[in-house]
Amino acid sequence: MRAEQNQSHGWRTKIAAGLVAAATLFTGIAHAGPTLDKIKQRGTIKVGVGTSPGFFAPDGSGKWQGFFVEFGRALAITVFNDPDKVEFTSSSPQQRLPALQSGEFDILLSGVTVTITRAFKLGFHFGPTIFYDGQGLLVNKSLGVTKGSDLDGATIGVQSGTTGELNIADFFRKSGHKFTPVTIEDSNEFLKALESGRVDALTQDASDLALRRTLLKNPDDYILLPERLSKEPLAPAIAAGDDRWLEIVNWTVNATIQAEEFGITKDNIDTFLTSEDPAIKRFLGTDPSLGEAIGLDPKFAYNIVKTLGNYGEIFERTIGKGSPVGFERGYNQPWTQGGLLYSPPFR
Amino acid sequence: MTALFYTGSVRPASSAHWQKWRDGLFGTRLNIFITLATAGFLLWTIPPLFRWILLDATWTGSAKDCAASTGACWAFIGAKIRFILFALYPPELDWRPALTIGLIALLLVITGTPRFWSRHLVLLWIGTVVTVWILMAGTLIGPSVPTGRWGGLALTLLISVVGFACAFPIAVLLALARRSKMAGLRTVSIIFIEVVRGVPMIAILYVAMLLVPMMLPGLSPDAFVRAQIGLTLFVSAYLAEVVRAGLQSVADGQAEAAASLGFGYWTTLRLIILPQALRSVIPALVNLAIGILLNSTLIAVIGIFDLLNAAKNAANDPVWLGFYDESYVFVGVIYFALCYSASRYSLWLERHLRAAK
Repeated sequence: MRAEQNQSHGWRTKIAAGLVAAATLFTGIAHAGPTLDKIKQRGTIKVGVGTSPGFFAPDGSGKWQGFFVEFGRALAITVFNDPDKVEFTSSSPQQRLPALQSGEFDILLSGVTVTITRAFKLGFHFGPTIFYDGQGLLVNKSLGVTKGSDLDGATIGVQSGTTGELNIADFFRKSGHKFTPVTIEDSNEFLKALESGRVDALTQDASDLALRRTLLKNPDDYILLPERLSKEPLAPAIAAGDDRWLEIVNWTVNATIQAEEFGITKDNIDTFLTSEDPAIKRFLGTDPSLGEAIGLDPKFAYNIVKTLGNYGEIFERTIGKGSPVGFERGYNQPWTQGGLLYSPPFR
Repeated sequence: MTALFYTGSVRPASSAHWQKWRDGLFGTRLNIFITLATAGFLLWTIPPLFRWILLDATWTGSAKDCAASTGACWAFIGAKIRFILFALYPPELDWRPALTIGLIALLLVITGTPRFWSRHLVLLWIGTVVTVWILMAGTLIGPSVPTGRWGGLALTLLISVVGFACAFPIAVLLALARRSKMAGLRTVSIIFIEVVRGVPMIAILYVAMLLVPMMLPGLSPDAFVRAQIGLTLFVSAYLAEVVRAGLQSVADGQAEAAASLGFGYWTTLRLIILPQALRSVIPALVNLAIGILLNSTLIAVIGIFDLLNAAKNAANDPVWLGFYDESYVFVGVIYFALCYSASRYSLWLERHLRAAK
């Protein structure tokens, strides 16, 4: 489209376009969406994920399942209208950001915490937060501890290469107490350390701790303290410099959140097709003017919800009460129900 | 055999046998202590282990049935064996990784049988490596499967065998270069071998994973191929030293005799030197092969589901969450079976070759 317009404007525009293209090559700042071009040419989206039960794990037949995985499928629906045109690769915390930078992945859906350093210095862009987490402390009940500051002098297990390592140090520096950190690499060893009494407490994202607590031999001997040491907003991350791709990510996530706010689910979505509410007509694409204006399939939101369900359905199915993981929604509810999920308007 | 040289007492053999055991176990005060301590340790560990593995184990059922018992959950292995062996490979095409495992096993058995040792073996290796690669990738034969979905035992065997096969010619050239009279060639070879042997394999894998795509944007091969190349280069440096040891064991007279008969450099190498050199380092080669198999587990750091990583992730499935012990025990047995049979084979071969000499 753009190229045709340029041709009709003569040689001046051609030179200008050439300069812009050259500048794009050198700076990596693009307007046309090179990532999307690459994805369309390849025919699949390359997504980096982690390995954590409920969030991302292959099932018995080798198909990736989990909360973050579903958002990868949602992206494939936005781009290709096909939830299977996406390729998941697991990536360790130490390796995932360089791999994104080198173009190995188009997007990371591996539970990356949004931080200012990552945004400014490392050159990443973050989509909307899709899971609000916070660092928690899992302690042995026999210690009689009710809050983090009671743990003066305790031995605390942390997992290496995570923000948890830094947060716990900050927490104790602030309270003026002392603790002995034990850095543990392997997530299975992590739990064993608490069970064997090698550490008094474990610190890690609360969702992860809640899940691992159920794996302990006597889960009732341990308590996840209600206190949160940090904010851990987990969001999709892409390499900086591709605004169009970022917007596709943003609005794919927003579509699932907005659907829940509207009360639109996988099962009842077709009853909304006859709705006269202009907001719902724009959202579902029954009024196609919006989709045409932004250059996406007007029905992308409909397709996502019809295939995968809204945010709440995805949550319940993968990590919520409807799954073996069994998380509470907590902050991860629409703002209308006291949570933090808030989609900007589709107009 | 030994009976011919038996010069001991006239006591019946069974009694002498018992005597030897009694002296060994209870001969001195220290021996008594060691025996009792060992027996105590075994009594302390074996019965609970036995109960966990067999008596209290759950053999069929679901994760709920397993959670109710205190023993091992072998039902988990039953549900996950497909995933552990083939990982992310599309289930409807399971016959491909299964056939890959079979072909590689056949290749190893044929290679291990001295009767089949001939130059045809080289062709067999090239043929098998190409075949299994095409089989896994699905090029020409049907739906193609990206390397990102290869995994499990099939991948572990594939990456080890392909690594060994591709490293071999490189290693021979490196070993020859290191013994070459040309200083430039020798220096290059020494630098390569020493640099690669001087860094851990994980470092090489990270270079292959992270630095190569940055150095060759848009041109670098896919992640699995880069890991395979990294592993191959790593192996070739170690293999080169083994081959060099073999070359040194061939007396100079052999080459001189070949030269006097008018043989050229490459002909001498192919017909005279290499067959003798390689034969003398077979135990070291088997040893290295075991090392490669075990080292291949490191590729898990770049997100590839090899046998060990697949086992770990099998227990990450929310439906079967947390059966890590069973998973690790299972793949531990597979690794042990592979490595132990390789080392027994090496011992057998040494005896066999000595007898043949």
